[in-house]
Amino acid sequence: MSATTADTPAGTGIGASVRRVEDQRFITGRGSYVDDLERPGQVHAHVVRSSVAHGEIRRIGTDAARAAPGVLGVYVGEDLRADGIGDLPCGWFVSNIDGTPMFSPSHPVVAVGRVRYVGEPVAVVIAETAQQARDAAELLEVEIDDLPAVATLERALAPGAPAIWDGAPGNVSFHWQIGDRAAVESAFARADHVAKLELVNNRLVCNAMEPRAAIGEYDAGRGEYTLWTTSQNPHVIRILLATVTLKVPEHKIRVISPDVGGGFGSKAFHYSEEVIAAWAARRVGRPVRWTADRSEAFVSDRHGRDHLSHVELACTKDGRFLALRVSTAANMGAYYSTFGPAIPTFYYAPLLSGTYAIPAIYCDVKGVVTNTVPVDAYRGAGRPEATYVIERIVDRAARDLGIDPAEIRRRNFVPKDAFPYRTALTLEYDSGDYAQALDKALALADYAGFPARKQASAARGKLRGIGLSSYIEACGVGPSKIIMTSGGGSGLFESACVRVNPSGSVVVMTGSHSHGQGHETTFAQLVSERLGVPLESVEVVHGDTGRIQFGLGTYGSRSLAVGGSAIWKAVDKVIAKGKKIAAHVLEAAESDVRFENGRFVVAGTDRGLSFPELAFTAHAPLRFPSDEIEPGLEETAFYDPSNFTFPAGVHVCELEIDPATGVSEVVRYTVVDDFGTVVNPMIVDGQVHGGVAQGIGQALLENCVYDEDSAQLVSGSFVDYTMPRADDLPTLAVDYIVTPCPHNPIGAKGCGEAGAIAAPPAVMNAVVDALAARGVGDVQMPATPHRVWQALRAAAKPAAA
Amino acid sequence: MYEFEYVRPQTVATAVEQGGAGQYLAGGMTLLPTLKLRLAQPGRLVDLNALPELQGIRVDGNVVRIGAMTRHADVARSAELRRAAPVLAELAGGIGDPHVRNRGTIGGSVANNDPAADYPAAVLGLGATVVTSAREIAGDDFFTGMFSTALAAGELIRRIDFPVPKRAAYAKFPNPASRYAMAGVLVAETAGGIRVAVTGAGPCVFRVPEFEAALTRRFAPEALDGLEIPSDGLNQDLHGSPEYRAALVTVMAQRAVAHAAARG
Repeated sequence: MSATTADTPAGTGIGASVRRVEDQRFITGRGSYVDDLERPGQVHAHVVRSSVAHGEIRRIGTDAARAAPGVLGVYVGEDLRADGIGDLPCGWFVSNIDGTPMFSPSHPVVAVGRVRYVGEPVAVVIAETAQQARDAAELLEVEIDDLPAVATLERALAPGAPAIWDGAPGNVSFHWQIGDRAAVESAFARADHVAKLELVNNRLVCNAMEPRAAIGEYDAGRGEYTLWTTSQNPHVIRILLATVTLKVPEHKIRVISPDVGGGFGSKAFHYSEEVIAAWAARRVGRPVRWTADRSEAFVSDRHGRDHLSHVELACTKDGRFLALRVSTAANMGAYYSTFGPAIPTFYYAPLLSGTYAIPAIYCDVKGVVTNTVPVDAYRGAGRPEATYVIERIVDRAARDLGIDPAEIRRRNFVPKDAFPYRTALTLEYDSGDYAQALDKALALADYAGFPARKQASAARGKLRGIGLSSYIEACGVGPSKIIMTSGGGSGLFESACVRVNPSGSVVVMTGSHSHGQGHETTFAQLVSERLGVPLESVEVVHGDTGRIQFGLGTYGSRSLAVGGSAIWKAVDKVIAKGKKIAAHVLEAAESDVRFENGRFVVAGTDRGLSFPELAFTAHAPLRFPSDEIEPGLEETAFYDPSNFTFPAGVHVCELEIDPATGVSEVVRYTVVDDFGTVVNPMIVDGQVHGGVAQGIGQALLENCVYDEDSAQLVSGSFVDYTMPRADDLPTLAVDYIVTPCPHNPIGAKGCGEAGAIAAPPAVMNAVVDALAARGVGDVQMPATPHRVWQALRAAAKPAAA
Repeated sequence: MYEFEYVRPQTVATAVEQGGAGQYLAGGMTLLPTLKLRLAQPGRLVDLNALPELQGIRVDGNVVRIGAMTRHADVARSAELRRAAPVLAELAGGIGDPHVRNRGTIGGSVANNDPAADYPAAVLGLGATVVTSAREIAGDDFFTGMFSTALAAGELIRRIDFPVPKRAAYAKFPNPASRYAMAGVLVAETAGGIRVAVTGAGPCVFRVPEFEAALTRRFAPEALDGLEIPSDGLNQDLHGSPEYRAALVTVMAQRAVAHAAARG
């Protein structure tokens, strides 16, 4: 799909497109996913879910279900509460504009008293077989008195809307702000032009390929729990189980996330089923397993996005940006998920400056509760929403002022000599060269040749459009001090342990978690390059609190920038200790020992030790003083970044619309990213391809739709929810520029989310560009064929009349 | 899935005998997901997959006979059909995805009569005859409403006989998510005249006499310019309004005519 992978160096070090070592087991069906595991004596949990969106639970009759064949237990929310199980936590707190704390709804593991969304757990059946559990579940008598329900932002914010929480009048659970409102007002007062847009950021269902699963096990002899779960961050799940939900000492819980088939954020949260599996295992005295089916995933995996924004950009007549004003309503769902309130606030609004020098910015965000699945992070998490706002309004301003969209961006970019650059919203951009990325992307996309292609399309009756997106994101979450002073409940550093075996092979224990990203390859490349050992001699271990010292997991494109940097620091310590030992063995001053090309050498001599020789010597303490230098060669490091990283780049989307059917076909798609140092270009290309697929999916295809009256999920299966497929996507042209991150040792910025962040505005700017010729002003995402056809028909009517 | 009795008869006669108290399983492309979701609870499944006499494609002069258990993939790649009635191969090649085409059968599709299935447009549009275990049913009389047909309980489709058209083509606008037809139009010039059959747009496949009349006057896409079927009663879902479907019917009909006309 792209040209870059062919151009990379041979070998296995940094910059080499090494084939993924994990793929052998994945492709040959030898991966080990939670659902593949069999535990002795295991039994099955079936979670009974609410079929109504809002109602009072009058009664749940369990007698018939309890008496059904194979049933070991039937539990409702009160049973868990009575046993001391805590509510699901929200790990992020924001304050209202008036300084009061946000409203925090209680979020029982299994509903108590009231249900608030379709899919909310109302009971659990444990039985010998999954079939028996499901059969028994049908015998439950769940009686719920319906209450009026509301699913959409428009309905929830309308006067007289049904109230979902007493503590959230008007269904607003927090009203937060950022920026200098007075400065923005004054800039608007002197603006030549104000561009305006209403923007919908459509709700999405993540749909990781592997549905969520959990197995709980309890060792009554030791009083220890083991939870296998499809999680992106097993240590975080252990902390939350220990301190909030299960309330068992941390050292009595082991959480294992084995191979996991995709996360995209949706597996970064603490879910009811994790608590249920662990708790029920002790309760019934047998391992308890649960695996979601796809229908269940649609109504229980946390959803993403769902914003409604009013945005205004004040400009001079020559297109200089003076100020940006944004007002956003964010659908939180019925309860707060683990990071829920962080996504439309901390992870969203600070990025509204985009790649531009905008002197004044103000944004207010209303968190809105509705009778829907809780909303949380989904690939990009807040940053796609911010990028959509700024990149759409910039295009609108260009169109209003008659300036080329590339030119208006260039005029307002943060110049490359301005780094580090502090935005109006407090972020400090570390490095970048936005104009270089734009120039490279325009050349690669043959931007200059577009008018001729548009004409050729027109001759075939097609409407052709081109759209740009000059995105930026804050990754590498994150500097713990910034996170914790902004509402986060814990730090976001990362840990690594590098263990050198006596034979010189290396085991890396990382707190990052790979659920498809290829860390076992990328991290091994780092270590291979630094220690000069073959790639095959490096084993990367992740996803097990019983084996890994600590970890905060994988999300927010943080694994290489933060997790990789922790590995780098641990390697530094290994090399430093190796030099001490080598100095004794080689009878040289420590300051004269160098580590070069996999050898500890005495400068200016031919004396040296290979890395395996040093590794063996470290474990055979004869020639160095073991009272002064500890034997062994194992080092642990914790890395807390000093700033976020700021990947940026330019996407160019070119598409053709068939006015007869409204179908948009993306015909060319160009990406130029700046991810800083790239370790494995093939893997990074893959991340870009996947991200762009999801971004094009959001813009043209995917839409999570609830019925406005009943709050039933209408797009609850792949029959109605349009996942992007291979034939929906064009061949991608992917290239890079490199401005290394100056504050981490690798220079890496992170690449996991960029595609999903940049693509939606590029695609929608292209759609709007294509439709402008027919007098269509704007179209909301997703620009489905039906919606585009409607817009064309509506625009044609006045002309006909 | 609920528990059920499973039988796999070796002759059509046994199948029909067992079918009265059960449900036939052909390719299972609709039935199996329905069972997995516990939306159906048949006491007995009568698996038709061991009945070679229900399989195969035969061209007999001016009639194409396709056995009920013939897979979509086999229809799509049949060289004989591509010569005699390419419209059928093309239609079958556009059903679902490769997995569906390798399992799904023509008899299963026609008996199920999903309003968005493709084959009903061929049966009605080409004026086919449905040959069952009991009788022959004219295509014009076979489809009686959404998911309902003229088949009696236990009656089994053996094969479908399609008269070879002079020229015909099928154009469909697929649902972006499911890829079922949102508007699938088969246009055919047959011995009995022009026929236009539409699937996906309404609750059941239907013909469009206005289009047929216009195309009888002139078999060209432009003959349908400005003609649009009324949107009343057409399907409405997440992916399209009745008005959109009505417009798509015209567009797909024009594309089918263009394709058929190009065949000469």
